[in-house]
Amino acid sequence: MNFASKQTADQPSPPSCLPWPRESVDRAGWLAVGESLAKGERELLSLWGESSSVHMAVLEQREPRVRIITLDCPEDFFPSVGRLHPPALRLERAICDLYGLKPEDAPDARPWLDHGRWGVRHPCSAPEKIESTSDPYAFLPAEGEPLHQIPVGPVHAGIIEPGHFRFSANGETVVRLEERLGFVHKGVDQLMAGASIERAARLAARVSGDSTVAYSLAFAQAVEAAFDVNVPPRATYLRALMAELERLANHFGDVGAICNDAAFALIHAQCGIVRERILREAANCFGHRLMMDRIAPGGTLVDLERDGVRMLHALVEWIELMTPRLIALFGDTTSLQDRTVGTGFVSEALAKQYACGGYVGRASGREFDARKAIGYAPYPQLAFEIGCSKEGDVDARVWVRFDEIKASLQIVRQILDEAPEGPIIAAWALPEDWTREGAALVEGFRGDIFVWLRIRADGVVQRCHLRDPSWFQWPLLEAAIKDNIVADFPLCNKSFNCSYSGHDL
Amino acid sequence: MQKFLLQGLLRRALTEQAPIPNPTSIAELGYTLGRTARQKLGRSLSIREVDAGSCNGCELEIHALNNAFYDLERFGMRFVASPRHADVLLVTGPVTKNMREALERTYAATPDPKWVIAVGDCAFDGGVYCESYACVGAVANVVPVDLHIRGCPPDPTTLLKGLIAFVETMN
Repeated sequence: MNFASKQTADQPSPPSCLPWPRESVDRAGWLAVGESLAKGERELLSLWGESSSVHMAVLEQREPRVRIITLDCPEDFFPSVGRLHPPALRLERAICDLYGLKPEDAPDARPWLDHGRWGVRHPCSAPEKIESTSDPYAFLPAEGEPLHQIPVGPVHAGIIEPGHFRFSANGETVVRLEERLGFVHKGVDQLMAGASIERAARLAARVSGDSTVAYSLAFAQAVEAAFDVNVPPRATYLRALMAELERLANHFGDVGAICNDAAFALIHAQCGIVRERILREAANCFGHRLMMDRIAPGGTLVDLERDGVRMLHALVEWIELMTPRLIALFGDTTSLQDRTVGTGFVSEALAKQYACGGYVGRASGREFDARKAIGYAPYPQLAFEIGCSKEGDVDARVWVRFDEIKASLQIVRQILDEAPEGPIIAAWALPEDWTREGAALVEGFRGDIFVWLRIRADGVVQRCHLRDPSWFQWPLLEAAIKDNIVADFPLCNKSFNCSYSGHDL
Repeated sequence: MQKFLLQGLLRRALTEQAPIPNPTSIAELGYTLGRTARQKLGRSLSIREVDAGSCNGCELEIHALNNAFYDLERFGMRFVASPRHADVLLVTGPVTKNMREALERTYAATPDPKWVIAVGDCAFDGGVYCESYACVGAVANVVPVDLHIRGCPPDPTTLLKGLIAFVETMN
């Protein structure tokens, strides 16, 4: 449905977001939503800024599932949501760093992404040049005589992304972990502003390399919503196929890496083989191992040939043979279970409060999955079961991943058998009438990715906000490691596998 | 578990033949490697990977070098946990301003003789992020680079070609 086209061209058009309308609220309306978040009546999807307004997306319990509200803040202040609802805190600190809008009475006024090194303050709105320095950063205190601190990072020991962890430990036991992120902030918000749709799509595909398909899909869906583009059915199936292959590759890679962090190299080696075979077939079928830049607004850029279907069938058959063996190996190795069971516990209440997506949320009883909850094509046509657990530990997160592997295999099989023939990309052109807005919520392997964008009539992106699922998972990692031993941190961290690049943006 | 171990003993290894290195990388390297260094290191090379702002795509492919198909260690190369143990820094990303000092300090902590290999298009010229206020751009703007391995991300075979060229030039 296209609301915008019902207006005549010569009228100035109020920006209307599709498929979920965006409404302006006053201070009271803004605070009322903040309070309902605190009471648990709604869940926070995202919070982002522009030059003189802030926007908030929340998840409703009934249809339509997403509600987007906007508060104008000409004085550069807005009532803090984080004061009422802690999951909003880091998002508000990021808004303040990038757009200079200050949350009133926020309990944490420290910068988040801005380390003082950009040579500019609030670069995305009325930038102010500064001497580039390194801002001091006050970590939260942990008091007590036997406590000592362990600083880790930003450069870590493994082949992983950079970030800083500050442990306060009592002997071996972690009393407090505080994360300091922002090291891989690349200024994506500002690069997006003024970009063509094509360039913006390339940027979106490089927000987090492990979720490149999911990000491309989320960006494409938001553009399609904004311009009311109908994606051909075959393209929706091919996109889902790529998304599921990405999910499978990541889950196998991570299950292996988790076991490796518990010094069980056998599963790591075996999972590495499965992951590599998936990536090779992806390259054979779609021309890129990570399937980067294969999805475009309107459809996909590559089709799946008959040979590809045959190869993927063979691959799925082989993975279906391997999966139960790997599951048995994981479940029957007691020395491994000894490390994973009871380690890094996240309570149901926290997962719910932070609206934590993906396997982290699902391992702690929050069964949200955008493929089901939003039900974008072709998922309503496909049968699959989503795994869930209430155990909340490293072990549960691995089991949920095994469940997701099974679900993805089911989906891939159905797509290979049922994908309709036809065109793979819609012929669409910019209507060149007025500015449009679109939003999308897409399930990546890590959880739900939210995108909101506004594109001018001539196809120039004005603002594109991309919210990684890690925003609501990083804080829970701090909770998960509490009272565990320092040596279990890599294990906990890998079981979360939050994105640094997707979060720092 | 026994089944897996037995299979590992009885079946043929998955590891593939080494790719033939690319002549241009060898030419680039000819200039950078001194004779003495070659004698000192022989064919063994310790690599420290530094993500200086990548999207994580390059890291995924660097990781793949350790899997059974590519098996990097057979060439005498291994990833180490500290720059203090490293001969080579493998740097990815458009070097964000927030990571610049960390990269400089990692470089300073690496003992001589040392080399830097810049991996990926971002490390070459900043890639899609080159105009950002938050990025320095090419790795060569921060530390001297001996070899570039291009790609977004470069696949493991491309990485392997670059690394083998590097070691062969040393001998």
